[in-house]
Amino acid sequence: MAGVPPKDSGKPETGNVTDDPAAGDEEGMALSEGVTEKEAVGEAEGEGMTEKEATAQVKGVAGAEVGGVGSSEDAGASEEPPETEQVTMKVWRGDPSGGAFVDYVLPRVEGEVVLDVVHRLQATQAHDLAARWNCKAGKCGSCSAEINGKPCLMCMTRMEELPGDTVTVAPMKTFPIIRDLVTDVTFNFVMARQIPAFRPKEPEPDGTYRMQQIDVNRIQEFHKCIECFLCQDVCHVIRDHEVNKLYYAGPRFFVRAAVLEMHPLDTIDRRDLLKEHLGLGFCNITKCCTEVCPEHIHITDNAIIPLKERVADSAYDPVAWLGRKIRGRRKARALEVLELAPAHAAPTSDDLRPAMATQDESGESASRDSAGAPDRSDGGNAGGEHGNNTGG
Amino acid sequence: MTTDNRHEPAAEYETHLVDVLVIGAGGAGLRAAIEAKERGLRTAVVCKSLFGKAHTVMAEGGIAAAMGNVYPEDNWQVHFRDTMRGGKMLNNWRMAQLHAQEAPDRIMELERWGALFDRTPEGKITQRDFGGHRYARLAHVGDRTGLELIRTLQYRAVDLGIDVFMEVKILRLISDSEGRISGAVGYYRATGEMVLFKAKATVIATGSIGKAWKFTSNSWESTGDGHAMAFWAGADMIDMEFVQFHPTGMVWPLSVRGLLVTEAVRGDGGALRNSEGTRFMFNYVPEMFRAETAETEEEADAWYEDHANNRRTPDLLPRDEVARAINSEVKAGRGSPHGGVFLDIASRRSPEFIKRRLPSMYTQFMELAGVDITKEPMEIGPTCHYVMGGIRVDAETAATTVPGLFAAGEAAAGLHGANRLGGNSLSDLVVFGRRAGIGASDFAEGRSGEPEPDKGQAAEAVGAALAPLDGKPGEDPYALHAELQNSMHDLAGIIRTGSELEQALERLDEFDERLERIAADGGRQYNPAWNLATDLPSMVTVARLTASGGLERKESRGGHTRDDFPTADPEFGKVNVAQRRRNGRHEVVQEPLPQMPKELQALFEEDKH
Ligand SMILES: Cc1cc2nc3c(=O)[nH]c(=O)nc-3n(C[C@H](O)[C@H](O)[C@H](O)COP(=O)(O)OP(=O)(O)OC[C@H]3O[C@@H](n4cnc5c(N)ncnc54)[C@H](O)[C@@H]3O)c2cc1C
Ligand code: SF4
Ligand code: SF4
Ligand code: FES
Repeated sequence: MAGVPPKDSGKPETGNVTDDPAAGDEEGMALSEGVTEKEAVGEAEGEGMTEKEATAQVKGVAGAEVGGVGSSEDAGASEEPPETEQVTMKVWRGDPSGGAFVDYVLPRVEGEVVLDVVHRLQATQAHDLAARWNCKAGKCGSCSAEINGKPCLMCMTRMEELPGDTVTVAPMKTFPIIRDLVTDVTFNFVMARQIPAFRPKEPEPDGTYRMQQIDVNRIQEFHKCIECFLCQDVCHVIRDHEVNKLYYAGPRFFVRAAVLEMHPLDTIDRRDLLKEHLGLGFCNITKCCTEVCPEHIHITDNAIIPLKERVADSAYDPVAWLGRKIRGRRKARALEVLELAPAHAAPTSDDLRPAMATQDESGESASRDSAGAPDRSDGGNAGGEHGNNTGG
Repeated sequence: MTTDNRHEPAAEYETHLVDVLVIGAGGAGLRAAIEAKERGLRTAVVCKSLFGKAHTVMAEGGIAAAMGNVYPEDNWQVHFRDTMRGGKMLNNWRMAQLHAQEAPDRIMELERWGALFDRTPEGKITQRDFGGHRYARLAHVGDRTGLELIRTLQYRAVDLGIDVFMEVKILRLISDSEGRISGAVGYYRATGEMVLFKAKATVIATGSIGKAWKFTSNSWESTGDGHAMAFWAGADMIDMEFVQFHPTGMVWPLSVRGLLVTEAVRGDGGALRNSEGTRFMFNYVPEMFRAETAETEEEADAWYEDHANNRRTPDLLPRDEVARAINSEVKAGRGSPHGGVFLDIASRRSPEFIKRRLPSMYTQFMELAGVDITKEPMEIGPTCHYVMGGIRVDAETAATTVPGLFAAGEAAAGLHGANRLGGNSLSDLVVFGRRAGIGASDFAEGRSGEPEPDKGQAAEAVGAALAPLDGKPGEDPYALHAELQNSMHDLAGIIRTGSELEQALERLDEFDERLERIAADGGRQYNPAWNLATDLPSMVTVARLTASGGLERKESRGGHTRDDFPTADPEFGKVNVAQRRRNGRHEVVQEPLPQMPKELQALFEEDKH
């Protein structure tokens, strides 16, 4: 195991390892003073005001409103933010060999989202806290995590909306840990390769395609997907049964398949593939995926159920089949297409095996379930390598 | 053992041999890789984030192309002319021409690969109005056009089986004994292990530099790595003084300050107002745009419905003009409570219209600021958004001035001149991404033998990258980054002066010294402190390029405004400021622009009437 010893354990004043009584409670709260100075720097980064900027006019006003978090240089920040309300962040820290929730206490700042607080932690108390993010606007799907036990985007979850003074942040449970809040989502990139791509019919004589807005509305809904993989995370078929990852594409890729199946220009029929290889039948329509989707895609109602109907159709409904024949719209079957496809579109099992971690093997897999999430208390699926150079 | 140097340090790294190495998986990088892969070349794409998360995903408003679907009068000449005028005539004319001519085909190609743009009633791709574009020209998907673009290219790349190395940070380009770029070295973020790519041709498509400024719409990836690596490798850089401050970034809450509010809000009817409720843009129409800009609110409002009989609203002047106007209003004490101005669409369009046309803006304000944009105006102000400057490239092939090295997208320069028009970047990515793919493939095919990147260069880059982890106490990367951002914001922001730029350069020299002592807590595995420590050298380098370019250009033009030289100087209108490293020295020189042929010049004479 090439695990790097978590350095933060060497600086106990910055955090309190919850599970370790030896770390002692007296350490846990020791940051209020020592941190203030660094804090000011961290806040200067995002929030300081300057003379020259457009905002100079209202410096006083804005400064007051945010509780005086002006930059140390030019706003003459007071050492102690007047707003003294504190929040405790319980953040899961660890690597494939195990980990635990660590408590960090820091002052609240108005208007922040959870990702802001994670960034403040990085700049002050936990320099090497691993977390993914990019857009900070709910557009890229990088910052998925489980906040107070609920899968959501860190950048779109406002601190003010979370109850109480303690917030737990845990990595997604369904995927193997890389470090802290970062998981190995290779599974998704492997699945993405299993679905034969879009193959359009011939364009109009003028070289363009005509499509009516009402015909594209529904698939445009699916195109909103930001690949945050929260739906994958919450789906019990793979969340609770690691082995199913070999046979099950998951809601994100049912949405992807639905895009292609319902695309007015596409010419491939992926129904037998969905049924025989991608595990559409395993989904028992619990709708948990729809509930967590930050893009509010109606994953179950608009993608999965219609796909299930189509698949049933292809298997049992001779009339529908006849109808398609008559309209001359026989699409090429995806399984045939796959046979002709290049090697990279080969079955999933080999690709996935290294990323699969069985709980029995890693033995002491640490619980990554968010504290205070009573419905999920079993062990997480720690362990495993991560082929990070996913071809895809 | 002594004779066999294959076991020297460089051979210890995981090594991949490819024909074309593409650094960056945004629109430009993916389009380049697709081209190379379709040619049958061994192609690898490397990116710092997960696949499909590049900055391009954040683009909102649309992709510009003179398809003429909404206004049949539109054609490439008009698009070309708009682009050149928006860029204050400093653009590389040939790039602007190729861009205007090829963009429509590239959009049709995206549709063939599965993109679904919004439609006109006749079922064609619809187009929307944007600043500086004479006709409604931006193909779009609501306000998430970048997502559509990247997903389409991403799945096209999956379909072709392109090798993607995600969450790998490239540190340095490496040349061979003849000075040809022959690969690059980097590390996996997850493990911290080093990886070496040997490549016959390398394409830089690393995007923006915005993270060197305090308030920015850019993500953590935009640290100017590609710009810096090319400069270190001896490539010519041009126009680095031109940084675009987008007029409409969020200003409140502070934690989202800088986050972009798409120009499509104005394209779809939103109006700018100051604290007195005045539509102040009518007072800031520059001479160059007076003839075609509405003088009254009535005319401006009528223009949205009827472009033929009305002149366009001044709210949609090019970005540099609008950003400066907002700056002046705020300075004059007519700003909004949090130091911006108001952008009002609530009183001008129905809630249904707003939610349908601008769904992600609606969510962004609702969820992050608790503001319902169908009921209240937004508070907005300028934010660092885009860099027009970058690596000098050949218009046809995207070749840089260093053999074996190509560049496309935001990392390359020339197309946008002194100021970019909205929507012209996404089209830039696909037009010149493709051309870079062709250029790099041609070069790779013409090169014989296995590329031999110099082992010493690789070892040096690796050594420098690992230094922050040596356990010695030193500079905190987060604090250094914050100071850098403050310095650039204060000394090389929207409005600049010579003395401040000089001060900026002095500070950057200090930062360079402090970088030597930078220290990161923790280990190599997915360690953001260390990752930031390895990004900082690039940021300091691009910051210096901007400051020294700005010092050299003693005039105000486009994205570069000098308080001490407040007007445009015709002499500076004839030159690019070029910068390069020669024999360890940093050269800053003025070089004449390429000359536009007569028939294109005529396009500009016509409109003088
Ligand atoms: C909020 C926002 C909205 C925008 N809206 C529009 C719009 O509506 N229309 C428009 O035309 N333009 C718009 N733009 C501009 C446009 O999106 C960008 O200019 C464009 O996406 C840049 O694309 P790119 O391919 O050059 O680089 P990017 O998409 O930025 O991709 C850069 C890639 O390089 C990789 N990379 C960087 N450094 C390294 C390294 N050292 N090693 C390995 N990989 C590296 C990154 O991981 C990433 O994959 C917008 C920009 C922003 C910020
Ligand atoms: S509805 Fe189906 S796909 Fe969605 S979470 Fe439930 S079982 Fe999984
Ligand atoms: S469908 Fe929704 S939840 Fe699933 S990956 Fe896409 S955006 Fe995320
Ligand atoms: S950072 Fe992009 S979705 Fe959160």
